[in-house]
This record gives sequence, C-alpha cells and structure tokens, in this order.
Amino acid sequence: MTAYALTDSWTMTRRELARWGRQPVQLVVNLIFPVMLLLMFGYLVGGGRGVSGEYRDYLIPGMLALTMAFGLEGTMLAVTQDLNKGVIDRFRSMPMANGAVLVGRSAADMLQSALALVVLIGVGAALGWRPGGGPTALLGAMGLLLLFRFAMLWIGIHLALVAGRPEMVQAVQILVWPVGFLSNALATPGSMPGWLGTAVEWNPMSHTATAVRDLLGVPGTESGHTWAAIIWPLALLAVFFPLAVRRFARLSR
Amino acid sequence: MADTAITVEGAEKTYGDKKALDGLDLTVARGTVHGVLGPNGAGKTTLVRVLSTLLRPDAGRVEVAGHDVVREAYAVRLRIGLLGQHAALDEELGGRQNLELFGRLHHLGARRARARAGELLERFDLTDTGRKAVRQYSGGMRRRLDLAASLITEPEVLFLDEPTTGLDPRGRAEVWASVRSLVGGGTTVLLTTQYLEEADQLADRISVVDAGRVIAEGTADELKAETGGDRIDVTLRHAGQLGAAVALLPLTGVSVDADRRLLSAPVTDRMEALSGVVRALKEAGIEAEDVALRRPTLDEVFLHLTGDDRRVKEAA
Repeated sequence: MTAYALTDSWTMTRRELARWGRQPVQLVVNLIFPVMLLLMFGYLVGGGRGVSGEYRDYLIPGMLALTMAFGLEGTMLAVTQDLNKGVIDRFRSMPMANGAVLVGRSAADMLQSALALVVLIGVGAALGWRPGGGPTALLGAMGLLLLFRFAMLWIGIHLALVAGRPEMVQAVQILVWPVGFLSNALATPGSMPGWLGTAVEWNPMSHTATAVRDLLGVPGTESGHTWAAIIWPLALLAVFFPLAVRRFARLSR
Repeated sequence: MADTAITVEGAEKTYGDKKALDGLDLTVARGTVHGVLGPNGAGKTTLVRVLSTLLRPDAGRVEVAGHDVVREAYAVRLRIGLLGQHAALDEELGGRQNLELFGRLHHLGARRARARAGELLERFDLTDTGRKAVRQYSGGMRRRLDLAASLITEPEVLFLDEPTTGLDPRGRAEVWASVRSLVGGGTTVLLTTQYLEEADQLADRISVVDAGRVIAEGTADELKAETGGDRIDVTLRHAGQLGAAVALLPLTGVSVDADRRLLSAPVTDRMEALSGVVRALKEAGIEAEDVALRRPTLDEVFLHLTGDDRRVKEAA
C-alpha cells in the first residue's frame, strides 16, 4: 500500500488541478480576493494606525500574512465538501494509500497559496512597493508565509473532520475575520488599547508578518521575530497534524 | 471458502446507545445476487459500510472474498466495488475524468486507466456526455456513472446500497438492467433495498433485516410461503360496508385496508373460499368490485415478519 503513496498523492493532486481547469473563474476569484482587500485597506479605508513610514510598505506584508490565514477556510470548505459528497467513501473503499486524499489537498492548497502570494507581490510592485533585501530575502519571506499557511491548512483539515458540516464552515468563515484582524496585519499593536495590543502581539500571525517586514526591510520593524515565525507554525503543526491524521483514520469508527 | 463470497458472523456495531448491527449473521454464495431487505434504520447501510471496510465492526467476524475486513482491509479493497447511497463522484469533473481518476487510483497506469474509462463510458451509454460536469447529469446518468466507477477493476464482490432510491422508473429500469448484466460475468452482488419488488426482481436469495439482525432468509418463494400460502382479496364498492362484510364472510385473520376498500385473508381451500365469499356477499346484498385469489406479496411477508402493522390493520 505504501508503495503507491507517492503515485496516489500525485493522482490526488492532479484531481485538484483538474478541478481548477474546470472552474478557472473560481481560481481567479480566489486569487483576486486578497488583491481586493489590499486595495480596500490601502486606499479606501485608510487605516495604518501607529504606522510611521509609508502605509503601503507596512500593509503589503500584513496582507500576505492575512491571505495565508484566510486560506484556512478554503481548505476547510473543500474537505467538508468531499466528506459530504460521498466521494471520500469511494476513495476509502479503494486499494489506494488513504493519506493521499489529504496530501493531494495539501499540495493543491499550497500551490494556490504560492500563486496568491506571487499575484499579491506583483500587484504590490505595480503600486510602487520595492521590497528590500533582494531575491533571497523575498524567497525567505515567502518560505515563512507558506510555513504559516501549512499550519493553517492542517487546522482547516482538522476542523473540517471534526465539524464536518457546511454550516460550521460558515461559522469559521466569520470567525476567521476577527482572529485575522486581531493581529498587526493592518495596524501596530502600540496603537491599540493595552490588553488588545498584548493579544495581537501573541497572535502567531503577527510574528510571521513582523518577520516578513523585517526580511523585506520595512522601516521601523522590530527584528528578531524570525524564530517565532518558524516555531509557532511548527508548534501548531505538532498539535493539529497528528490530530487531523487521527481524525481521518477514525472515520472508520 | 471457495464458494462463499461473504461471511458475516455475529457482527455488532453500536452508535451511542443505538445498536445498528446487533449480532447479524449472513452468508452469500459466490456468483449470486443477495438482497438485504429492510426499512430505514434497519442497519442495511451500516452492514454495507462494514463489508466495504469503511466502518470497523465492534464485534463479530466479517469476511469478504476470503479476507477479513478489519485485518486484511487492503486485500478486501482490491476485490470489491461499492455503489453507495449517494453518488461517490467528483461533481466538478466530467465522466471520463472521474473514471480515469478512479482507474489511476486502482493503479491501472495512465494508458489502461484511459482505455478502461472509454470502455465503461461506452458500456453504460455515457460516451456522448462530452465535457459536461457530473453536477449537470440527470439522476439516472449519475447513477450509471457511479456504477461504472465501482466496476473499474471488475470486482469479485459488488455492494449496491439502495441503488435505485430517488430514481424515476426509467432510471430504475436502467440500473436493474446493468445489475442483471453483471451477474452473468460471475460477480457476487449484495444489494440493499427498501423496495420489495426490487429484491424480488434481482435477488436469488433475500435476507430480511430489522433492528440490526436478520429476521428471515430464503428465496422470494420461500419467504412468501412463510406467511401461509394463498390469500383472497375482496374489494367492495362502498367502504362503509367493510365492517359488515368482515362479520359476515366465512374467513378468519382478515386484514382491512379502508383506503382501498379492500379486505384480505389467508385461505386454505381456494375454490371453496372463493365460492363461499361470492355467495355470502350476494345474499347480504353487498356489492363487490373485485374478488381475487393470489399468492402473498413480499410486502405482506415483510410486514408479517417485522410485526409492523401500521399499514395492515388487523380486523377484530
């Protein structure tokens, strides 16, 4: 069975890519949504409380991190749909490596998130954003962002396996907003009431956003958050990866 | 082992405090169609999920195609096909894409998966669906594609869980024809259904399941014989006279269906019962639309066995 783990994972990844091919509009909407948020917060809402330099330079790394956090609901929705359609029963009754279902999901979601990052960075460049630190720093920043996304992905899979119903996806979709905004993505913690600022500094997403700003040379960024931006996602993965895998195996209970 | 495709001994499965399977026993001979008949909640779907390795039984021994479903789940999966109650397809993809996906996951390799998908589309009359997504298929088409997907590797044992629920008569006829064509190929089929007619039409043997146990088993004829042979049906013109007719007629164990102005009773001597009924009705001046002798339907067998008398009310 394990001999086919790679082949089956690739087949399941291709399944997701084929779905993109069938519904290109869906993919484009998913990629444009963060761009829309960036334009809204950058030019309409006019936030940036407590930001000293150019708000655009502060906001874009924040939006990159926020996009990774919002990926959670996309993962949860896709897994919930599979669970409710019965197609997962066919996969599980077939002589395939069962984990391939989750691996295919992960690979496709990570690929989509990487695409979303490229699009968002491209739009940022078009708006005049010039990240510092060169290509190595940019790749490092994308690595941190995707690591954070990977943790969100497994939280999403776990939530879908625990909740398993479309109504619960809606609840999470609503909750992701305050949790996502309870970070330094849009404004500095220093500009918030004391307790709120503390909560924001604790949010793992804030560490990722700060580390990315630091790598990309956004002026006035506190340095030294890179380790936190690596350790937090790994810690979340250490909890949710085994939980999700166990939940998946327990579908047969 | 060689001539037994499915063996279930004392299977148990409990959800909370509800026993979905309560010591179920079942043996299915290779190459036959076995019907599992029961009402909603009888444990039919739980049984299919246990047999197809989707669910572990809490207790009991379950073997499919010579392999234990818990310890040798992989070996079982190599040899089975499953048609669940809900279409197990990727709704966004087309028919060919679905079949190629499942073919690859059966490790046929790209070329054979493509060829097999083509064969199955042809066999189930789905070649002209083009690039249409499964989401846009009719109920019958979806069911046929689902069936095709469960036959990718010509399984030794095929499970069909209520294969025609929700289909119109035409879709049902299509699925029945497909199932009949399979059996010629030596596949063992286990079919669950709520439709007595379906079990009667397709199955060589039938197990009647209620509350997680098999309460009767046999051929359709044997089950019919169990409720005691022939019956007489009398349809009156006026429902108001049903009570008078029950009191008057020389019959015992009469059941009354007021909606259909029908009374029905078991008989031992067919001709004597028939002439007796006709004479008694004539003397009392009760008008009958129809008087008929017949074998019991599987419906009556079922109601008799499950003790469910909601639909057939026993007259005093």
